Amino acid sequence: MQPLALSHMSIVSSLGAGQDATLDALHTGRGGLKPCSFETVTLDTHIGEVDGVEDVRLPDNLTSFDCRNNRLAEMALHRDGFADAVASARERYGAGRIGVFLGTSTSGILSAELAFRARDPRTGALPAAFNFATTHSTGSLADFVRHRLGLEGPAFVVSSACATTSKVFANAARMIATGLCDAAVVGGADSLCLTTLYGFHSLELVSPTPCRPFDAERSGVSLGEGAGFALLERADPNPAPGTVHLLGTGESNDAHHMSTPHPEGLGARLAMERALASAGLRPEDIDYVNLHGTATTYGDAAEDQAITGLLGARTPVSSTKGYTGHTLGAAGIIEAIISVLALRTGLIPGSPQTRNLDPALRSRYLQANETGRLDRVMTNSFGFGGSNSSLIFGWAA
Amino acid sequence: MRAYVEGIGLLGPGLPGWEQSRAILTGDCAYVASPAVLTASPLLPPAERRRSVPTVKLAMAVGAEALEQAGRDAATVATVFTSSSGDPDTLHQILETLATQERDISPTRFHNSVHNAPAGYWSIATRCREPSTSLSAHDESFQSGLLEAAAEVAADGWTVGLIAYDLPYPEPLGKVRPITGAFGTALVLTPQPTGRCLACLDIDLSRGDEPVSRMADIGLEALRVGNPTARALPLLAALARVCAGGSPERVVLDLPPSGRVVIRVDAPCC
Repeated sequence: MQPLALSHMSIVSSLGAGQDATLDALHTGRGGLKPCSFETVTLDTHIGEVDGVEDVRLPDNLTSFDCRNNRLAEMALHRDGFADAVASARERYGAGRIGVFLGTSTSGILSAELAFRARDPRTGALPAAFNFATTHSTGSLADFVRHRLGLEGPAFVVSSACATTSKVFANAARMIATGLCDAAVVGGADSLCLTTLYGFHSLELVSPTPCRPFDAERSGVSLGEGAGFALLERADPNPAPGTVHLLGTGESNDAHHMSTPHPEGLGARLAMERALASAGLRPEDIDYVNLHGTATTYGDAAEDQAITGLLGARTPVSSTKGYTGHTLGAAGIIEAIISVLALRTGLIPGSPQTRNLDPALRSRYLQANETGRLDRVMTNSFGFGGSNSSLIFGWAA
Repeated sequence: MRAYVEGIGLLGPGLPGWEQSRAILTGDCAYVASPAVLTASPLLPPAERRRSVPTVKLAMAVGAEALEQAGRDAATVATVFTSSSGDPDTLHQILETLATQERDISPTRFHNSVHNAPAGYWSIATRCREPSTSLSAHDESFQSGLLEAAAEVAADGWTVGLIAYDLPYPEPLGKVRPITGAFGTALVLTPQPTGRCLACLDIDLSRGDEPVSRMADIGLEALRVGNPTARALPLLAALARVCAGGSPERVVLDLPPSGRVVIRVDAPCC
């Protein structure tokens, strides 16, 4: 693919709002997981909840979009100078030339969950205040962000489970390659809701303790929430020093099972191979991989096989889900941004709760932070339905 | 963006398949609405067949029809799934369960609730490991899926199965989000013309406000505005006429806030 410049980005997770708060947490090893007291949920688990979502107010003309998911998006849009950067891009390109390709898995379903509790006992009707199109509807996030940023290019939501905010980078690359857009806002948001907390609990995939990716005693995921955005633009032939490029994208399907990964990580490996091919790189060109690494027994083992099969056992890898929890549909963008922060600062993040590495796993998994120059980083995101996506970022050549 | 149509799938009220519906779409036969019949795909392994929900049945039926017509092994074809919603019945049942004290969601129901469930079942059934996108854009879901599929054809040179579907919600969601009938359609799009090509599409974005294409038949027009995926009907009607030897047509689909998707539909030789 033609490399794209990743000119601006913003991030919100349980580690805090903004790149500085995120980096501070990674430097100091401060994780965001806490015992779950979300809403009326009574599950014995830890979650990565974002502070301050309740206090977010959407602008008066967009209050119909008010829901937890769009509030998370609003928080992220106004961190790290992102909305201002998009405004100046809008001046340069025109509102109709900037696309909006965002991911979410559950959108504003929490609003529907609350509305179903408040149904009219006589008629069964939902409360009049419930607005389906602007909250629960999967497309609501892209519609909100497009309105909020004043953009008029093509806009849609990709909802391919937990790979979704990684996959949107590929959607944007295609749209820019065809000339339908000159730039794109990618990323998205996924917010805590009862559907995913009780749903993952039903699959017996939720850990009672903060999750421990690649640990011999790992016992499942800790769920989290988050939002993040990136502005992608055509690469400048003479890029400024310090410019980061999206170098490659790779997508695949497991074709195996709806909620269990392929045992040998075939789909995962295929996504990584395709990302390398799209970037024109070899396996040894990758300096760090931010893993999907959710801390499920099978998932980590499958990814380990894919990593060691393709990259060997020398490339440093880690999952940052011990910090943020598994932010589901937001994991792709949260971890893409953490990977780019690693590239920019040379801080290669460790893995807070991982104490005893599973001896059956052969990757060079980092428990503690390391530092060093990175030239190219890869980030993996996999989801239900066997959906896999891998991205590669690096310095502009 | 140019894409060649190699196969078409269709299933909707009174539209029981592409071949059976061509004369209705050209206006040569009267349109009579009757509910679409959904069955689990024989392509699926028994466990997944049992677990199939309506969106999976609908998406797989139209996808399989289009791929069969194209004469391609589905394992080699990338896919774009598009719908305004995840499976409506599944979402309704989960929301009802979460409103009870027990909140005891079934694990199968939970994995069926993801928007990309049809894509997951499809890849299991067809052994397809090619890239697959599942997208959503409320009433513009079909138009957005068409743009994405055309971009994959044009930018990546892939052969793409575009699979679009929308079904009604049970009450009470049906009141706040009314959707007419179960309607699905699929197109197999390729970058180069082949011997099996049915038509050629030139797809572009327009910033204009020209009139959106409509259906002449009152019943089909009601379906077009009532089901997001049925926004595809004017394109399908143009394909039916061009495939029957008609002259090239121009189809205009709405893409708010300020755009249109403009499609020139022509015979495949040009």
